[in-house]
Amino acid sequence: MNRSRTRLLAIPYIIWIAGFTVIPLIFIIAKAMTDQGGAFTVGNLFAIFSPIHRKALIMSLSLAAVSTVICILIAYPAAIILRESHIKKKSIILFILILPMWMNFILRILAMQMLISNNGIINHILEVLSLPQIKIINTPQAIVLGMVYDYLPYMLLPVLNSILSIPQDVIEAAQDLGSDRLHVITHIILPLSLGGVGSGITMVFVPSMTEFVIANILGGGKILLLGNIIEQEFTVSMNWNLGSGLSVSLMAFVLITTLIFGRGNEERAGGFSL
Amino acid sequence: MKRKITALACAVTLSICLITGCTGGSTASESAHETLTVFNYSEYLDPEMLELFTEETGIEIKYEEATTPEEIYTKYISGGIDYDLICTSDYMVKRLIDEGEAQPVDFSSMEYSSNIGQKFWDISKSVDPDNAYALPYFWGTLGLLYDTTKVKGDIDSWDVLFNGEYAQDIIMQDSMRDAFMIALKYLGYSINTTNENEIREAADLLMKQKKDVQAYLVDEVRDEIVAGNASIGVIYSGEAYLGNQYNSDLAYVIPKEGSELWIDEWVVTKKCKNMDAAEKFLDFLCREDVATANFEYIYYSTPNEAVVAAMDEELKENPAVVPTDESIANCEVCTQNDPATIELYNELWKELKAQ
Amino acid sequence: MKKSRVFGRIYIALLMIFLYAPIAVLVMLSFNDSRSRVVWGGFTLKWYVALFRSHAITEALWTTFTLAVLSSIIACALGLLGAIGIFSMRRKNYRLMLFFTNIPLVNADIVTGIALLLWFVRFLPLGFTSVLLAHVTFNIPYVILCILPKLRDMDMQQYEAALDLGASGTYAFIRILIPQILPGVLSGFLMALTLSMDDFVITYFTKGAGVNTLSTLIYGEIRKGIKPELYSLSTLLFLIVLILLILVNLPYDRLFSKNKLETR
Repeated sequence: MNRSRTRLLAIPYIIWIAGFTVIPLIFIIAKAMTDQGGAFTVGNLFAIFSPIHRKALIMSLSLAAVSTVICILIAYPAAIILRESHIKKKSIILFILILPMWMNFILRILAMQMLISNNGIINHILEVLSLPQIKIINTPQAIVLGMVYDYLPYMLLPVLNSILSIPQDVIEAAQDLGSDRLHVITHIILPLSLGGVGSGITMVFVPSMTEFVIANILGGGKILLLGNIIEQEFTVSMNWNLGSGLSVSLMAFVLITTLIFGRGNEERAGGFSL
Repeated sequence: MKRKITALACAVTLSICLITGCTGGSTASESAHETLTVFNYSEYLDPEMLELFTEETGIEIKYEEATTPEEIYTKYISGGIDYDLICTSDYMVKRLIDEGEAQPVDFSSMEYSSNIGQKFWDISKSVDPDNAYALPYFWGTLGLLYDTTKVKGDIDSWDVLFNGEYAQDIIMQDSMRDAFMIALKYLGYSINTTNENEIREAADLLMKQKKDVQAYLVDEVRDEIVAGNASIGVIYSGEAYLGNQYNSDLAYVIPKEGSELWIDEWVVTKKCKNMDAAEKFLDFLCREDVATANFEYIYYSTPNEAVVAAMDEELKENPAVVPTDESIANCEVCTQNDPATIELYNELWKELKAQ
Repeated sequence: MKKSRVFGRIYIALLMIFLYAPIAVLVMLSFNDSRSRVVWGGFTLKWYVALFRSHAITEALWTTFTLAVLSSIIACALGLLGAIGIFSMRRKNYRLMLFFTNIPLVNADIVTGIALLLWFVRFLPLGFTSVLLAHVTFNIPYVILCILPKLRDMDMQQYEAALDLGASGTYAFIRILIPQILPGVLSGFLMALTLSMDDFVITYFTKGAGVNTLSTLIYGEIRKGIKPELYSLSTLLFLIVLILLILVNLPYDRLFSKNKLETR
């Protein structure tokens, strides 16, 4: 491929990034590097290391990581099952899996709350069946449940996409050479779908790091995530500088994580990061 | 590389200006007839009244909504939209006036402004000492909504939130100011205190309380109590009335230690160029039929005495709709805008939530 | 084999239940004859009637749709070209571009929203255009992240073979490259559509007075209780999409088989 010419295709996108990502980012960095009086400071950038913020960061990281892992664990088998199934219209399945996302997010989270609350629908059903009640509302588990529920489609789509597009003859070739099902999955499907998994991880992990609505509603406001703090700095305490500072450090943190992760991925998957 | 990026940014800006140049033209022609841009809390005004106003006066209303005072302030200050009229709460009204963002209005020349009771002009003085800028719109209190079938006896004190008797059965407001307000009042301090020791004492109380709190929620408190997920919740008076509509076992009380008395008011911003139209709008809101429609739209307490006088006895006697003078005797209006205190609140609140 | 297929069916069924249980709750609420979401007041269809009378809702619905479709199309066009361009860059630039692509993803919505607001007010009257620009901005990273894996998995030899056999660059691009990455573009489009319809915070800060999407409408109503009309609207939208899906029977199914995916 004529690389130097194809590269030019990115120009409109680069212009867009410059105009609507980089320039606004400069505004935020400028806010982050000044205090409320307008004097230069780096305090806001390092505020993330204060005990409370660090605690919230660790909580956000662990909830986001757990949610991402659960999403992979759910999405991956689903994709393999769909690939092996005899359903002709696989894209219909794909569509059906993301259709719930078309209902408004806040309405869905409120519905989830009605399902799992102490006096909620699931507990009523369990009561009728005389089974023990669930008590997960207002706990970190409820937040993870909410995040998995909300972000699962962002994992399902890229994973399904990359698994479904592995050519059948590659798999048949492996089978002809004596590979069993497990071997096919671990040695053919897995390496060939890492790109999709990588995209899925980014699309689930990164937004769940800044999430705060799910934590507010399903966590009962008792679990403080970094997203809540940033939101609060902007909307309640009106300290935009600290909010921007935390946001910039979080951004740096997540970008570095994805870069490191991307590098490892690249070695395994051969020339592709993220 | 840097220069390239700058050049690209300029190119983008230019092309966008070209695009918007066209849309800009259409907005210019719009200003031929009078318009007012009005900013209010969501669901805080019967939309039919806006249509009625346009019908009567020919003045078009561009209506915009927000949910918190801070949101309103942020959007106004950012300057994206030139709002003519803003409705917001006590301490934010004070902030707008203090920062010179409000224009004085001659309320005495308005035909219906006398419908607003003197009591409310007096309350309003805590944020607008000369009654020169702000027009009272709705008011109310913060109190406890509880399920009478689950709570022993009558509740009359904030004590139930702190004595551990209803552990895991109470819902607090997920709002920094409200949470501190409750603790301060319970300890017998002013809600507008700037004394660090008093605030730290209140924070300690809230820390100890956290293990007993089922959840800190904002908008969902009413539904949670109605659904029976918790027995006691901290809630605004208007919400309590709505909650009662769905579950008649619920009762609302303003604790005897006192509470917050909130008042939402209209101000005309300094960006407003058509004072005449703005005054017409404010006068319109004070008119009895309009104020009644707005009251019946949300059932928050109205400062409009003509509306209160015409109410059913049953409504008039409901303390969530018309708080009695005794019940609000210990209540204070929140006027706290001291940056150092807010920062302290903020630190302590984060500590509480991260605990 | 048979046993594993039964297991597979159960697995997919459970997944569906997980994804659709809250939807079922919302559908139920649309028939609830009580304004409170936690009280069952009997069965009614009145919210469906009220829905069509509400000017605010129909207008917000229209804005939401135009916004979602326009922003997704623009994001897909820019993202497709961008992804191909990025893919053919050298390692260092490739990394750099991915870094910038990720920024809107990593930023908290409120930060993106306020940053864009601070920028827009300098040259643009807030209105529909400003929201559209904002939506395209946060949609693009998702589109690019959907397309890049496709590019990586692509069979480059076909493209080169086509060039060797005398096809022009553009022809080979359209006939060979595009069909291979189209599923990625479509996933990206769907995601962009979904994100755009769901966004509240960024829309809220970049919209002009009087412009409302369904999200901004719904958030405003949480406090006083969500209007049941919105549940019936959600239900209707859901049904319409589902029915369309069944009727149309998926035109782009063929795209998957182009990738030599035979279903035995």
